[in-house]
Amino acid sequence: MPKEYNPEFVGTVTKYVFVESPDITPQHLSIRAYEISQGVMIKETCFGLQITGMPEDVEKVIAALREMDPYHILVKDRGFPPGDKRRCRANLGGARPGYFGHEFEMGLLRHISKGLKAMENGVKPNEKSVNAITYHDKPLLDTERLEEIAVSKSRESANKEADTGAANNSITK
Amino acid sequence: MSKVFIYPSTSLILSDMVARFGHEPLGAAIKIRERIQTPGFDSPPLQMTPEDPKKGLKYAAVEVPAGVRGRMAIFGPLIEEAEAAVIVNDSDLAFGCMGCARTDELVKFMIRQRKDIPILEIVYPSNEDEGLAFVDSIKNFLDGLSAKEVPK
Repeated sequence: MPKEYNPEFVGTVTKYVFVESPDITPQHLSIRAYEISQGVMIKETCFGLQITGMPEDVEKVIAALREMDPYHILVKDRGFPPGDKRRCRANLGGARPGYFGHEFEMGLLRHISKGLKAMENGVKPNEKSVNAITYHDKPLLDTERLEEIAVSKSRESANKEADTGAANNSITK
Repeated sequence: MSKVFIYPSTSLILSDMVARFGHEPLGAAIKIRERIQTPGFDSPPLQMTPEDPKKGLKYAAVEVPAGVRGRMAIFGPLIEEAEAAVIVNDSDLAFGCMGCARTDELVKFMIRQRKDIPILEIVYPSNEDEGLAFVDSIKNFLDGLSAKEVPK
């Protein structure tokens, strides 16, 4: 018989606040968040915060936190509330699912932060960079080229067979 | 404010950029939250039930593995709901098992089939100059969406 499931924190949202800044630490963020929190739940982590509460309250806290360092604080949604047994590594062991994705993107945040700051200062990207980040679809293999490859490979194998056949004949003679 | 589908759908950078420039990011977390906050039968870890692969039949054929159809039950409605999409191609982040890889292919295919919405396709930056180009292209794309919106 399947077990009944009664969810917690219904109607709330949870947001991750990531900080990758030379000036602000997660501790600074959490102190500021506690100062302005209006009944939202705040959890400090190694990379920033998790904030859970009613959507409008969470938005207010996040807007205030962003002001601390707008180029180095990034926010995203989370499906689970903090400490959920299905996700929390305290229960599961090892890295939390989704950790590796965050780890990868945290490595890129310095480029993004510089980009945000430069854009705010009115700097325009150069053509080379624009070309580098534009996605170029890889061209598909042309059917004529495929035929050429197939024919050349079959010729090669036929030549090899002929060579080995001739060598075997000379040995038997 | 437009609803912008992001791919990879768990991307921190894309989610933040879209929200920062005044739009609503449509990522996997939104649909997962819906499942987590809906009462029913316990089906950990993501509250995916046998009903989900059935819902996925709308997007993938019956012979497609249940894993792909289950994932499409999350992404399919988001793609239908989207008013624009930002795709970051060739991202290491989107690497996964065959279920994930095939779902990713299907997701990108479905977005590209939506001819009625604007799509931005880029790759992750590898230096500061590209970081600027990356942010600038997303900002221009999203500003274009705001300009198209009919004032109420």
